[in-house]
Amino acid sequence: MARKPISFTLNGNEVSIFVGESANLMEELRRNVGDLTPKHGCGQGTCGACTVMVDGEPQLSCITLAQSVEGRSIETVTGLSQGPVLHALQQAFIDGFAAQCGFCTPGMLMAAKALLDRNPRPSRDEVIEAISGNICRCTGYEPIVDAILIASGQSREVRR
Amino acid sequence: MALHKGRGFACINYPIGMNLGGDPSQALVHSTPDGKFMVTLSAIDLGQGMKSVTRQIAAETLGVPIEDVYVDTADSDTGPHDMGSFASRGTHRVGNAVIRAATEARQQMLEAAAEELEVNAGDLDTDGKGNIHVKGAPGRSITVSETAIAAQFNQGRTLAGRGIFLIPKSDVNDETGEMSTVTCFAHAALVVDLTVDDETGEVKVDEINSAYEVGRALNARLVEQQLIGGAWMGVSHALYETTEPYYPERDHGPVDFLGYQMPGPGEIVPHNIAILERPAADAPFGGKGPGEMCANPVLPAVANAIYNAVGVRCDRLPITPEKILRGIQANGGARPQARR
Repeated sequence: MARKPISFTLNGNEVSIFVGESANLMEELRRNVGDLTPKHGCGQGTCGACTVMVDGEPQLSCITLAQSVEGRSIETVTGLSQGPVLHALQQAFIDGFAAQCGFCTPGMLMAAKALLDRNPRPSRDEVIEAISGNICRCTGYEPIVDAILIASGQSREVRR
Repeated sequence: MALHKGRGFACINYPIGMNLGGDPSQALVHSTPDGKFMVTLSAIDLGQGMKSVTRQIAAETLGVPIEDVYVDTADSDTGPHDMGSFASRGTHRVGNAVIRAATEARQQMLEAAAEELEVNAGDLDTDGKGNIHVKGAPGRSITVSETAIAAQFNQGRTLAGRGIFLIPKSDVNDETGEMSTVTCFAHAALVVDLTVDDETGEVKVDEINSAYEVGRALNARLVEQQLIGGAWMGVSHALYETTEPYYPERDHGPVDFLGYQMPGPGEIVPHNIAILERPAADAPFGGKGPGEMCANPVLPAVANAIYNAVGVRCDRLPITPEKILRGIQANGGARPQARR
């Protein structure tokens, strides 16, 4: 199978790799680039654990062809913190106990960041809509919704 | 067609760990040369907080700051033996093993400090801030760090402890068949309010009010989080989750997360929890295990609430809209029961 060179930016840094025609973005980020934050949950686009941002939009990296991100800008959880200073979303997740096993957390964070980037003060329903493609088995979702509202500078009491 | 409100109640006496005795857990505790302590376990943290709670237990028992304690659950090949993280046994079984290991390590630490201070180990106490001092004379003290350095580089002594917790085997009484199956019970009681649509059979859980008795909430935020998440899973098992929801062919069952039904963030149920604390005599600092008990009582409470709402008694899970509609049909219509 023909391997093709592609270049894209990952969290602001230029990355160039060789990828196969059918390679998916999640596997390439994890194995080829070494960014392990997109998680391999279902591998078929139904759980959301591999969510990354492509040109600002949340995208399921396990069903994104790697060759399709040529020239585009990709963001993962690796780019969220500035050195030791955590992103407001990460801090709110920690403070609000919004993770138990943590496997869904990277996907939740990226889905939430995509939301807050385009809608800095979302309603509770908008938060729920934004993470509705992400499965969490541990928390019951409420602490995650609360954390995203708090990261947006709002109270967890924000109504629908 | 109408919406019917229903209320259901359920309570649970929940046995912690495996029954009839045995069920061992081990822990090892040792100090590093700079006076930090490593707790080595084979029971793992699945997100329920094993690492946090065993770290608290070890720090409290050793009498050192929690920042100076690390918990390593890396590998069951190299760690001490443990039955595992299941049966809500972690806090109770592993916590007790950690107390025993940390107690032995603390004794060695005090003996090493006593040698440096030229006093009896029995006269020493810790302040929980990294110092060991003579009782009643806080000025005569040595740091835990200095103690560890002296022990390992001058005295030739380890600061380490071994712990195992094993429930005594329960023999069966030949005459009566009686046995002492469980040493520690947790408890919960729960009220579920829901609405049933008698046209579609759909159920919306409106609110859960619960009281969970957990012995002692060793980490209050973690316990609350575990209870909320676990109750969510109870709702999921009661109303949604199954690999065989369809008929007549097994092949029609779900094969992935698109077909396997679970409540999502749009179905969050408001849940008010009262955490009750009645410390158990044989539990670490009184703490039992919330574990599976978070979810269990939710299922019968939901089933009872559905009966209360439309008079349909479902004894197979999950209680899908189809089962409710078949029940309503068999009864010749919805039969709301008395409001409770």
